[in-house]
Amino acid sequence: MSKILLHGTEAICEGAIRNGCRAFFGYPITPQNEVPEYMSVKMPQIGGVFVQAESEVAAINMVYGAAGSGTRAMTSSSSPGVSLKQEGISYIACARIPCVVVNIMRAGPGLGGIQPAQGDYFQATKGGGHGDYHLIVLAPSSVQEACDFTYRAFDLADKYRVPAMILADGMIGQLMEPVELPPMRDLSELPEKPWATSGHYGKDRRVLNSLIIKPDELEPHVNELKKTYDEIYANERRAACYKTEDAEIVITAYGTVARIAKSAVNVLRSQGIRAGCIRPITVYPFPDDAFAACAARSCTKAFLSVELSLGQMVEDVKLAVNGKKPVYFYGRTGGNVPDESEIVEAAKRALESAAKQA
Amino acid sequence: MKVFEKTKMLTDAHLHYCPGCTHGIVHRLVAESIEELGVQEKCIGIAPVGCAVFAYDYFNCDMQEAAHGRAPAVATGIKRCNPDKIVFVYQGDGDLASIGMAETVHAAARGEKVTIIFINNSIYGMTGGQMAPTTLIGQKATTCQNGRDPAVNGYPIRICELLATLDAPYYIERVSTHDVKHVLAAKKAIKKALKFQAEGRGYTFIEVLVSCPTNWHMRPVDALRFMGEECTKTFPLGVFRDKSAGEN
Repeated sequence: MSKILLHGTEAICEGAIRNGCRAFFGYPITPQNEVPEYMSVKMPQIGGVFVQAESEVAAINMVYGAAGSGTRAMTSSSSPGVSLKQEGISYIACARIPCVVVNIMRAGPGLGGIQPAQGDYFQATKGGGHGDYHLIVLAPSSVQEACDFTYRAFDLADKYRVPAMILADGMIGQLMEPVELPPMRDLSELPEKPWATSGHYGKDRRVLNSLIIKPDELEPHVNELKKTYDEIYANERRAACYKTEDAEIVITAYGTVARIAKSAVNVLRSQGIRAGCIRPITVYPFPDDAFAACAARSCTKAFLSVELSLGQMVEDVKLAVNGKKPVYFYGRTGGNVPDESEIVEAAKRALESAAKQA
Repeated sequence: MKVFEKTKMLTDAHLHYCPGCTHGIVHRLVAESIEELGVQEKCIGIAPVGCAVFAYDYFNCDMQEAAHGRAPAVATGIKRCNPDKIVFVYQGDGDLASIGMAETVHAAARGEKVTIIFINNSIYGMTGGQMAPTTLIGQKATTCQNGRDPAVNGYPIRICELLATLDAPYYIERVSTHDVKHVLAAKKAIKKALKFQAEGRGYTFIEVLVSCPTNWHMRPVDALRFMGEECTKTFPLGVFRDKSAGEN
């Protein structure tokens, strides 16, 4: 199939539509406005629903209603707007309603800036709202992946009955690249939803709820959620490894930064330094197996996490490496993106520090 | 001989409402209306946060429990994806007129084809009697213990009047439950709203004045009298919008 040139946000929309998304609810915020704009045109053409909500709070609750009643539904926002959605996401997680939330991350905290960032990693991977829960979080690193991961997110959400998130920095959202679009999914192929509140009466009636007021009923419910997260951890961890087999320095990064890190690996190798890169594809569940495998190799001397943050994913890297090798961090914030030479220098510093420590 | 039967649109669960509260009456009016219209097989209800939080246990149809104030947004999502179903929302005054004001106004402005039953008892009941956006001037609450003072707490919000400034709503009426005559009128309004929805006409909104003897610190009979004499002064009963007016 031939490729077409698409904007990152459009690729996200096409991935959703092609896997049966028929309801979209959004609110304007930079840098993701092209998502609601695209959906406002496309949804009516394919018999879907588009509503520009009065707020991000309303949009996520419209998703709760639409997805709860059985339709594949999505909302999209950027960092401050995703913070507003957290209440709804917590309720959705507890009521076990599959849906997809897109976060095109901008710089924070607060209103922050509108340039790319990865400061929402903690929020996305550790729950985000109140209570014990997780989302499945996929981090695309290209426009093709923005499409493919959004497509996949709907299947994962349905399979486990958990909300899934596309965590993309503003660069991925605003990039244009050639994309091969997946075929349009036949809606009749989508899984049955025997829990959906689409209109049932009497003994067949269905209730979607996150209020479980008796401690001895709520505890088993959250234990069930935990069981699902354990299954997700066992089945769905994904990472792309690049030249890690003989690497002395393993750089790790996701999203846009992973592409720059890969270039830095090539520069380091051209200078005789054996570098490699682990790119988490799922940031929840975190692909700790890929890190543990590298940490176990005697050739690996150090890890370097490069992020558009003050150091968030690096905590998961440390847990995965589990003290076997030193873990270093290099980050840029405020909407700045490191260039390849910055990462090369940070990698060299990490190797020097590791050598001193050894 | 015909023996009175409870509507099958209500489950057999015991209502948790306090003695003298008229929430239970409104549940029955909604349920009976649905059954009499014959649409019980295609209803989806949305329960609020507040005294009616357990409404999902009482209405005998599909139910979604919404976050505080968000029920009209949830209803929007459900109805847009299921336009042939009957979607009703049951909300109290804190839920609808305070934390959920944005969702309330915008669902109405969009003309969502749902029915909203708004329970106004002028108080936060479930949390123990705090001031509501509908608390009357001078009425005591745990967060305005000397009575609502406009200089400090502002004035009660009249939601029917507010929504009636919008173009989209099809039917808006305020009714009461303080005596039999008014309960029967309330039933008529609720049934009319649900019928309009079944006919696909538009957004329908029924505000129902309800008593709260527990948090008003009154005997049930005194609470009903207070509703009829005082609440209806601040919240006059009547039809604020009826786009069917003039039809035969």
